[in-house]
Amino acid sequence: MRIGLFVTCLVDSMRPKIGFATLRLLKAAGCVVFVPESQTCCGQPGYNSGDSKTAKELALKFLSEFESFDYIVIPSGSCAGMIRVHYPALFEDEPELLDRFLNIAERTFELTDFLHRIVRLEKMPGTFRGRLTYHDSCSGLRELDVYKQPRALLARMPGVVLKEMVESTTCCGFGGTFSVKYGELSTRMSDNKCRHITETHAGAIAGGDLGCLLNIEGRLRRNGDHDTRVLHIAEILAGEED
Amino acid sequence: MRNASFDFKRQVTVKLADERLQQALSRLQSRFVEGRSAVISEIHDLQETRDAAAQIRDRVLNNLGHWLLEFEERATSRGAVVHWAETVEDANRIVAEIAALHNVKTAAKSKSMVSEECGLNEALEKAGVEVVETDLGEYILQKAHEAPSHIVAPVVHKNKEEISDLFEKVHGLPRKTGIAELCREAREVLRPAFLNADMGISGANFLIAETGSALIVTNEGNGRLVTTLPRVHVAITGIEKVVPTLEDLSTLLRLLPRSATGQSITNYVSLLTGKRGEGDPEGPEHFHIVLLDNGRSSLLGTPMQEMLRCIRCGACMNHCPVYQNIGGHAYGWVYPGPMGSILTPLLDGIEKAPDLPNASTLCGACAVVCPVKIPLPDLLRKLREKQLTLGIRPQRETALLKAWSWLALHPRAYALATKIAVRAMNLMGGSKGLLHRLPGASGWTDGRDFPAPEGKTFRELYKERS
Ligand code: SF4
Repeated sequence: MRIGLFVTCLVDSMRPKIGFATLRLLKAAGCVVFVPESQTCCGQPGYNSGDSKTAKELALKFLSEFESFDYIVIPSGSCAGMIRVHYPALFEDEPELLDRFLNIAERTFELTDFLHRIVRLEKMPGTFRGRLTYHDSCSGLRELDVYKQPRALLARMPGVVLKEMVESTTCCGFGGTFSVKYGELSTRMSDNKCRHITETHAGAIAGGDLGCLLNIEGRLRRNGDHDTRVLHIAEILAGEED
Repeated sequence: MRNASFDFKRQVTVKLADERLQQALSRLQSRFVEGRSAVISEIHDLQETRDAAAQIRDRVLNNLGHWLLEFEERATSRGAVVHWAETVEDANRIVAEIAALHNVKTAAKSKSMVSEECGLNEALEKAGVEVVETDLGEYILQKAHEAPSHIVAPVVHKNKEEISDLFEKVHGLPRKTGIAELCREAREVLRPAFLNADMGISGANFLIAETGSALIVTNEGNGRLVTTLPRVHVAITGIEKVVPTLEDLSTLLRLLPRSATGQSITNYVSLLTGKRGEGDPEGPEHFHIVLLDNGRSSLLGTPMQEMLRCIRCGACMNHCPVYQNIGGHAYGWVYPGPMGSILTPLLDGIEKAPDLPNASTLCGACAVVCPVKIPLPDLLRKLREKQLTLGIRPQRETALLKAWSWLALHPRAYALATKIAVRAMNLMGGSKGLLHRLPGASGWTDGRDFPAPEGKTFRELYKERS
């Protein structure tokens, strides 16, 4: 199975280790993974700022880079949602391209969705001991129905105790550029999220989208919490070191 | 109503710091979110019902003129008079004329958001008609000189103590503290208003084309009194509220109260058809229906038409994490929350509410609960696109967007730029790996640290390692 890894612009620049964790997981599942070097961003920041034109150009760029793989895997629900849901919407009026986008959409998966439903990974390469809580990021949850998948994978790790927080499906307040344009509002929303995290007394919070995790980590640290670990689900499933 | 949406950002600061408001808003979760979730499961074919509801609304909107004329014909044949108001000024003038025609001195009013849209009370007072709000929430707001902050629960921003204080002050009676006592006091004060009113004013949740009826859905008996006791009844609503048949109505009614207040059905569902006929024991002698356009028809046939499906249940705001944190007043006009962030720019002018379409994380919680499946985040995004095309976004923002767009489309330059940026930020992060300030992004760093990048990009490392 030939897999194209779209690492996402955030993981690429901020947390390469999540990219490597993803590679380890895909390899453990027996996949042959390729990383097209010219990949940049799926276009979501522009799309959500009203710049559909750039979003379309980046969609075409993505298509040319990834169309030849059997599957495309992405360690982010929001970028996977962009490709699965919004790319086709952008090309609604161009039947030929629409077909190609619908086709690539069907082969594009958020990481945990892919591991759980497509390759059915039974044994996680990583080990993790302790309690953790899980934040459901919005796009993965509502655009791709990713909810059970990370939980099912975590349940296959003997050392993991999942402590659910209240309102785990409520937005953390990140929202891309929203977090800067409406900082105060965004901060209040992350504050609510952090409170719910802290209330679980889990030592770690995990999630599937780096944007949300940076937002949560940023608020936890500003509030003086330097202990709660903030981890991408890939880092837990794959283990943190090579 | 005057539009203060331009002030959104400043209002956010005020509302976030308002502890009483925050406490009041914390009830949204238990009252509305949990309330809805407890009863919505009674609809075992929920997704099919939502689809059907959306289709009913689309069928009307795709041929709105036809259904409105049909409604007018049936309503007229039952003795009602239908008035068409293109603007809010028209609506106010029409109602004032009706009042003058029937020599009306006082009017008793039940809840209507369209009348808020028009600023009808003020217009009528100017025309010499005394208006008394009889919906408990609206009555409280009238006495407090405030606007509703929610389309279903207009006083959700107030707590019981504030209402006790208010009643003590305006009624001059001993202070009451229990909810039941407060309600009883209001009822007693309001009773003469019903009995003396020459005119009753109500909204209408739906208009039924096949019968020419107006429907109102309420929990307080005031709606029924307002529409049947006074000699004259005026129902005012938007032109989009028409549905073809009673059968269609029943589909929508399965969803409306459950989505709105978490009730399987409201205490009252009143179907008002025509004026009092011969031999009818009750009902008004004159029944006027005022239908407001105010920009709605301009959305027909555009990508924004879907917004007109809205049945004003309020579920989108109850579930919105932005609304939950700031309440309805911050939005600055009649309609708050996600639906308001779309309706305000559409009905009152896109340039008047530059923040509203942007002040959302597009988390999608609203679209999931909307009973008529309005893709609210998509519509917000479309409005952002329109803002960009019209050039009403801040210059700095469009410049950044251009730079980002160029870089993302030029992989080599992009690789170089990220390479430099992550190194610089890594250094700035120091030993703790946290940036306390980030030039140009104080919106983030005022309330949060920015976790520093690792120092090299994934693609650099990938190349090195393979
Ligand atoms: S947009 Fe949908 S959820 Fe919001 S008030 Fe209208 S019908 Fe209800």
